Amino acid sequence: MTHPPHENREPAVQVQHVPPGTRSRAMHALSARTAQGRFMLQSCMACAAVAWPPRDACPQCWGELAWADQSAGARIVSQTAIHVSTDPYFRAHLPWRMGTVQLDAGPVAMAHLHGALKPGMRAVMRLMLDRGGNAALFALPAGGMSDMNDPQSDRQWREFVVPVAGRTVLVSDAAHAMGRAMVRALTQAGAGLVVAGLSASATDADDAILGHDAVQIVRLDLTDTASVAAVLGMIERPLDIVINTARYVRDGGVSRNATLAEQQFALEVSAMGLSRLAGAAAPILAGRPQGAFVDLISVQALAGDAGFAGFAAAESARLSLVQSLRHEMRATGVRVLTVFTGPTDDADHQSLPPPKVAPARLAAAVLDALAQGREQTCVGDVAKDAMARWLVDPALFIREINL
Amino acid sequence: MSRPRAAYDGVVVCAPVTVPYQRFSPQPAHWWAGAALRLLARETGFGPADIDGFCFSSFSAGPDTAVGMTQHMGLTPRWLDHIPTGGASGVMALRRATRAVQCGDAEVVVCLAADTNQIDSFRQGLSAFSRFSQDAVYPYGFGGPNATFALITDAWMRETGVERTDFGRLCLAQRANAASNPLALQRGVLTMETYLAARPIADPVHLFDCVMPCAGAEAFIVTTPEIAAARGLAGAGILGTIERHNAYHEDPVQRRGGWAMDIDDLWTMAGIGPGDVDCLQVYDDYPVIVAMQLVDLGFCAKEEIVDFIRRTDFEIGGDLPLNTNGGQLSAGQAGAAGGFQNVTEGLRQILHCPLGAQVPDAGIAAISGFGLVNYDRGVCTAAALLKALR
Repeated sequence: MTHPPHENREPAVQVQHVPPGTRSRAMHALSARTAQGRFMLQSCMACAAVAWPPRDACPQCWGELAWADQSAGARIVSQTAIHVSTDPYFRAHLPWRMGTVQLDAGPVAMAHLHGALKPGMRAVMRLMLDRGGNAALFALPAGGMSDMNDPQSDRQWREFVVPVAGRTVLVSDAAHAMGRAMVRALTQAGAGLVVAGLSASATDADDAILGHDAVQIVRLDLTDTASVAAVLGMIERPLDIVINTARYVRDGGVSRNATLAEQQFALEVSAMGLSRLAGAAAPILAGRPQGAFVDLISVQALAGDAGFAGFAAAESARLSLVQSLRHEMRATGVRVLTVFTGPTDDADHQSLPPPKVAPARLAAAVLDALAQGREQTCVGDVAKDAMARWLVDPALFIREINL
Repeated sequence: MSRPRAAYDGVVVCAPVTVPYQRFSPQPAHWWAGAALRLLARETGFGPADIDGFCFSSFSAGPDTAVGMTQHMGLTPRWLDHIPTGGASGVMALRRATRAVQCGDAEVVVCLAADTNQIDSFRQGLSAFSRFSQDAVYPYGFGGPNATFALITDAWMRETGVERTDFGRLCLAQRANAASNPLALQRGVLTMETYLAARPIADPVHLFDCVMPCAGAEAFIVTTPEIAAARGLAGAGILGTIERHNAYHEDPVQRRGGWAMDIDDLWTMAGIGPGDVDCLQVYDDYPVIVAMQLVDLGFCAKEEIVDFIRRTDFEIGGDLPLNTNGGQLSAGQAGAAGGFQNVTEGLRQILHCPLGAQVPDAGIAAISGFGLVNYDRGVCTAAALLKALR
């Protein structure tokens, strides 16, 4: 057996590590709330004392604890820069600044420190998901954001968010209004290369935005497994971010006014399409330092919708699949973000009255979710209202939505 | 405290043993425990059947506890205790065993701490240390205790005005003390220049502020004066003790330990003062904790700590011999055994059988323990005053 010459060998693949991930059940409860962009800590139902770290009884009076929104102010008490760590993730990011902060809410906590913060200074705390998907406190400078204080310029902060500038981003369906707006927003945000997926039947490929220097058009059919794998292999640069805007919206019921072929195609695009796209993209994203998979999803996924039964079912299946994808990606540091929307202001929802979400607004919300590293976002009044009601009483919400 | 504390009458502490430390060991904690028991047998003549009380401390014996050790070592004790408090475990074992013997629940109690250190033990031990650490410390850079004590050191330096050179004085004195201890892992001369030039670990903690984790075991025996005399064992009595857990939890950063809550009780019970102490063996995971104990145990006021460190000779022949075996900073930190070496070294000095140089005429030892960084500070503190019985 002959070996290839030494100079032709590939360098070792850079393995992406994530921070240590073991957490208590109480801490997972905080991560679930952090994923929704909330700043919540436990407070005592008897004496109102706020507790940190998360725990299972109030240390002041042994009362029961409940999660509550808290004020995010803090003062820095002490600081260090860690130069030595035995953890593979942090070893790759040394030195790492952290400190002790006195929260206005009451307790003292350890936190990641923005580079401009020193002991005695005021800070604004943010709860962020780390690269392993677990909640962590991050202290940002209080007051106005000068250049020096800009979070996006902070090396540690960038580990908690998904930068877009200079990155390669795939938009899975740029033929529809949502995807088209996404392509436009990404070019404006300075993405290095926007790969715009157009199904073979798309006809208006002459839109000026698709001719932009930073846009590459690919013929992507999410209903065809071989096509998806082939197309992802043809992209000029390794993908950093995938934004899945594809879906197939048709009205109709289950036993009445139903078209089985339409229901089946909706499932092919929303659910099977997600699996095809994730299957082909995941290995590429996992090798990138700040990979992300963003899925745009209808809030109808939460509870079904008698008026759009097939579409809602397809979106439910998609939501289920994306939860599993998030689990699979956790060990690779790839963030899986879900952006929920109500009816969008496009050809698919001409029969519905307002409020509807403008495609440009949806695209801006996706960019904001990436910039904030927020795992779950609801765009527009319909989606926000639905999520709020679903979180409080899912059984009631399902009943009300399908009355 | 309304009821006066009973004096520790009718009890002696004896037979301090140290199994020579190793930086890394392929052997499990059980082997190290067995080695300590063999040393005890050689010192005392006691065998498994003679031991009726057993107190055990270890981080690395899992899944076994003191229960597993009784079967493993062939013990049939009528009194058993497992102490998971690391750096405070030596004094705590002493306190419990002493009362057991004094009250007749046991007559010969072996107090034993043993830990191994395999190549990846440190990282693995860290990652499963405590729930609060997993949830609220390790995610922030995974600096381990170095980072936690960096935060404590940073705050304490700003509060007291102590500088790195002051911590350096403590570390240099302990290294000088280690020079005569053949079992110390680090015995080479440490200069202030080398100390200050060491690489940063977690600012302001640098390399020589950190202990070297290692494998080892420490043990001693608590028994009655009659049994000690029959075996020809030299022993010490206990003048006073204190213990406290989770003290001052309202302090944002640890700026004092539980000793400060109970220090008057310690000296009152013993009927002596800090000036009567011949050697001081304190827990020394980091020099800031050494300095904190000098204050909290009453050797100097907090506002005088800088002066006190600068004008005191902490070497074996000095004004206040400190960690005379070199402490963990020079001898090594053998897990929970690191919380026992203050007891064994203090005993040796006052029984005049030291590992290295003898503190001249030593008769009284002050011993202090500090353990378990469950979250952002050491939770367990304890101290004892021992006096040789001659």
